[in-house]
Amino acid sequence: MFDFSVVTHWVDQLLRSFLPEGWAILTEFILIGLCLLVGYAVIALVLIYVERKVCAFFQCRLGPNRVGPYGLIQSVADMIKMLTKELITINHVDKFLFNLAPYIVIIASVIAFSCLPFAKGLEIIDFNVGAFFVMAVSSMGIVGILLAGWSSNNKYSLIGAMRSGAQMISYELSIGLSILTIIVFTDTMQLSQIVANQADGWFIFKGHIPAFIAFIIYLIAGTAETNRGPFDLPEADSELTAGYHTEYSGMHFGFFYLAEYLNMFIVAGMATTLFLGGWMPLHIGGWNGFNAIMDAIPSIIWFFGKTGGLIFIIMWFKWTFPRLRIDQLLTLEWKYLLPINLVNMFLMVIVVVFDLHF
Amino acid sequence: MENLKEYIEKRIPEAVEEGGEILTLKIEPGAFRELAVQLRNDFGFDYLVCMTGMDWGEKLGVIYHFRSTLSGENLVVKTEAFDRENPELFTVYDLWATAGLNEREIFDFFGIRFINHPDMRRLFLRNDWVGYPLRKDYDTGDTVNPVRLESDETLDVTPVLEAQEDGIVEEKEHVVFKDSEYVVNIGPQHPATHGVLRFRVSLEGEIVKKVDVNCGYIHRGIEKMCESMTYPQTLALTDRLDYLSAHQNRHALCMCIEKALGLEVPERAVYIRTIMDELTRVASHLLFWSTFCMDLGALTAFFYGFRDREKILNLLEETCGGRLIMNYNVIGGVMADIHPNFVKGVKDFIRYLPPMMKEYDEVFTGNIIARQRMKGIGVLTREQAISFGVTGPSGRASGWACDVRKVHPYGVYEKVAFTEIVREDGDVFGRYKVRLDEIRESLRILEQLIDAIPEGAYAVKTKPILKLPEGSYFSSVEASRGEFGVFIESRGEKNPYRMKFRSPGLPLVSVVDTLASGNKIADLIAIGGSLDYVVPDIDR
Repeated sequence: MFDFSVVTHWVDQLLRSFLPEGWAILTEFILIGLCLLVGYAVIALVLIYVERKVCAFFQCRLGPNRVGPYGLIQSVADMIKMLTKELITINHVDKFLFNLAPYIVIIASVIAFSCLPFAKGLEIIDFNVGAFFVMAVSSMGIVGILLAGWSSNNKYSLIGAMRSGAQMISYELSIGLSILTIIVFTDTMQLSQIVANQADGWFIFKGHIPAFIAFIIYLIAGTAETNRGPFDLPEADSELTAGYHTEYSGMHFGFFYLAEYLNMFIVAGMATTLFLGGWMPLHIGGWNGFNAIMDAIPSIIWFFGKTGGLIFIIMWFKWTFPRLRIDQLLTLEWKYLLPINLVNMFLMVIVVVFDLHF
Repeated sequence: MENLKEYIEKRIPEAVEEGGEILTLKIEPGAFRELAVQLRNDFGFDYLVCMTGMDWGEKLGVIYHFRSTLSGENLVVKTEAFDRENPELFTVYDLWATAGLNEREIFDFFGIRFINHPDMRRLFLRNDWVGYPLRKDYDTGDTVNPVRLESDETLDVTPVLEAQEDGIVEEKEHVVFKDSEYVVNIGPQHPATHGVLRFRVSLEGEIVKKVDVNCGYIHRGIEKMCESMTYPQTLALTDRLDYLSAHQNRHALCMCIEKALGLEVPERAVYIRTIMDELTRVASHLLFWSTFCMDLGALTAFFYGFRDREKILNLLEETCGGRLIMNYNVIGGVMADIHPNFVKGVKDFIRYLPPMMKEYDEVFTGNIIARQRMKGIGVLTREQAISFGVTGPSGRASGWACDVRKVHPYGVYEKVAFTEIVREDGDVFGRYKVRLDEIRESLRILEQLIDAIPEGAYAVKTKPILKLPEGSYFSSVEASRGEFGVFIESRGEKNPYRMKFRSPGLPLVSVVDTLASGNKIADLIAIGGSLDYVVPDIDR
C-alpha cells in the first residue's frame, strides 16, 4: 500500500537541501496550511453539492443540473456568489463579537479537520492525545455559535444559540464517552496508532457488542453535535427562521455554512477512524487473495469511501426524520444515551479485562 | 325548542320577527345579556355560529346566529345599541369564547364597544385608523385615511369598559404584555405562520406564556367591497378568502343567493359542485399534510404531498381553467361543463392516491419522533371547541360532530354514503389524523359520484343583474377547514346591504393562545400547523 510519508519526506529533504532548517520548517507550515485550506474548501463544496443532490433524490427532484454537467459547478458558482456578497453591517449589534463569531466557528472546525488521518502517512497533527485534542478543539465551535446568537441582538438568534449551547454540552458527553469506550479498548489516544491497531480488524468488529453500541451512539450524538436534522433545533427554520445565523450575510454566513458541512465531515471522519479502521482496508483472516485485492485500493480511497458512506447516512437522517423538541432532545441524551453509554463503557472494560475480544 | 317558544311567548312575545326561515328574535340591548345567559345555559344554544355587526341606518347592532349542538336547532337574535354616537353592548365572550375576536372585529368595523370585554383593540385595521369603515356613513375618501408611510405602533395597553356592581360603566386600561415580559414576534414574516399572520408570544425560556394574535396584514375589506358590487360580481371575492377551499366558499355564496332567489339548480350542476368540493378538500388536506410535516422539520414529506396535490390541480385546471382561484361556481350552476377527460382523470386519481397515503403513513405518521411531537400536545376539549366555534377537522378531532355535510346536508351529500370522522383525543395528532382519514372519505364520495353525474344542463340562465328579495339569508357549507357561512342582508337592491362571511379561520386562531400557553415554542408551531388556518380567510 502506498505510503504518503514518502512524498512528505521527499519534500522535506528537498527544502532542507537549500534552506536553513528554520526556514524549511516555516515553508512546510505554509505549504501544509495552504493544502489544508484548499482541501477544506474543496471538501465543503463537494459536500454541499452532494447534499443537494442527495436531498433532491429523496424528494423526487433532480437537484442542481444547470451549471456544468450534472450541475457539478453549481456549488463553485455559489461560493463565488457568496464571496462577492456584501457583508451587511447591522445596527445595535456587538460589532466585535458579531464579527469574531464566524471565525471562531471556522477555526475550530479547520483545526479539528487537520487532525484526521486521511491516508497512510498523511496525518497533519498527530500526537499522543490526538483523540482528546479533536474533542477539545471541535467543542470550541460552540463558543462561536453562542457568541453569534448573543451578539446578533435578535431574539430568534438568542433562542437558537441557547438551544445550541444546551444541545452541544449534552451531546459532547455522549461523544466523549463513546470515544472513551474505544480508547479503553485500544489503549492509545494517538489517532495514527488507533488506525494502526485496526490492521487486523476494524474495531466495530473486534470490539464486540460494546463497540457497536458505541458506534451507534457516536453517530447519533455526532449528528446532534453538527446541528443537523433531526437535531437541527438551533436553526430550526420553521420555528426560529434561521437561528443563530439569522443576521449574518455574505461570507460570514458562508463560514457558518462551510463549518456545518465540514463538521459533518469531521464527525464522519472520526467515526471512520475510531470504528471503521480509518484508512485500513477490509481484511478477512485467511482470505489472502481477497486481502491482496483490498490492499491494492489506495488508502485515501478507503478513508473517503467510508467517510462518504457515513455522511450519506447522516444526510439520510436529515431528509427523513422530523425535528425533535428541545426537551425531547435533552431527554434522549440525559435519560437514554448517557446511561447506556456508561453501562456500555463498563461492558467494554469487562471485555478488555477478561480478554473477550477477537 | 318548545321550552324556548313557551319562554318567549311568556316573557318577550314582542321580540319575535316574522318571515325568516329561522326563528328570529329582536331584543332590547338591556334585556339581551339576560337572554344570552339563558340561551346558553338553559336552552342549550352552545354554539355561536356567526356574529354579524350591522348598521341598520338608524342604529348599530349585532346579529347572533346560534345553534344547539344537541338538537341542531338554529336561532337568530338581533340587538341594537341605543346610541349611534357611542354604541355599547354587553359582551358574550364569557358565554361563547368565539365572541372574543368577533367582538373585536365588530368594534373595528362598526365602533360598537363591548362592556366587560377584556380587550378592545382593533383587530384588523391600524390603531390610528379614523372611523369605522362598515358603517354606512363612513367616508371612503382617501383624505380621511391616507396611505400611511410609517409602521403601525404595537399597543400593549388596551382600553376596556367594565360594568361595576351598581351598573355604572367605567373605562379602564388593561395591560396585554408587561414591560418585564420577553415578547417575541412570530410573524408577520415567518415560515411557520403560513402567511402574514403575527403572533406576539411572551416567552419564559422555551415555554410560551401567552400568545397575542395580531391579524389584518392581508385584510382587504372584502365584506365592504361586496356592498358596492352586484351579486354576480361578489362571487369573484370568495375564492380569495380561503384560497384552499375556493370551490366550497363560492358554493356557499351561490347557495345563499340561489336560496334567496328561489332558483332551482340543475341536478348535473349539483353533482359537479359536490365533486369539485371534495376534490378541493383532498387538495387542501394534502397541502395541510405537506406543510404540517415541514413545520415539524420533515422536509421530504412536503414534496410528497405537493407532488400529489399537483394532480388535482391539473384536473381542476383542465375543467375550470384555474389552478388556485377557479371561479367555477356561478349563480344557477357552474361556469362551464366538465372537460371530457375529467371523469377519467378523477378515476385515475382515486386509484392513485391510496398507495401514496400508505407511504405518508410510513414516512411520517408512524415515525416515533413525529408521534412524540404530536401526541398529547395542544389538547382542545369538546367544550372548548364548541365555545370557540372551532369547526371542521379541528373540531371533529375534539369529538364534536360538526360536519355541515351531515348536520345540514346540501349538494348531493344526502345521497352518498360516507363516515364523519370524529376522534376523541383533541390533540395535534387527532387533528392530523382526522384530515388524513377525511382524504380517504372524500375519495369514497368521489368514487360514488363520479359515475353518477346525470346528463342535462350545467347551469340555468340568470340575468346579469339580480335583485334579491328583501330579507336576510344565511347558508353554510363544510369548507376544508370548517363551517363557512354566508350571511346576506338584502334590501331588494342589486347589491347586498350587508354581506358577512363566517370564516372558519378566525375561531382557529383564537384558540392558539389557549392551546399553546404552557407548551414549548416548537409546540406552538405544531399546534398552529395542526389547526391549519389560512390567513386570507382570517383577515377577509
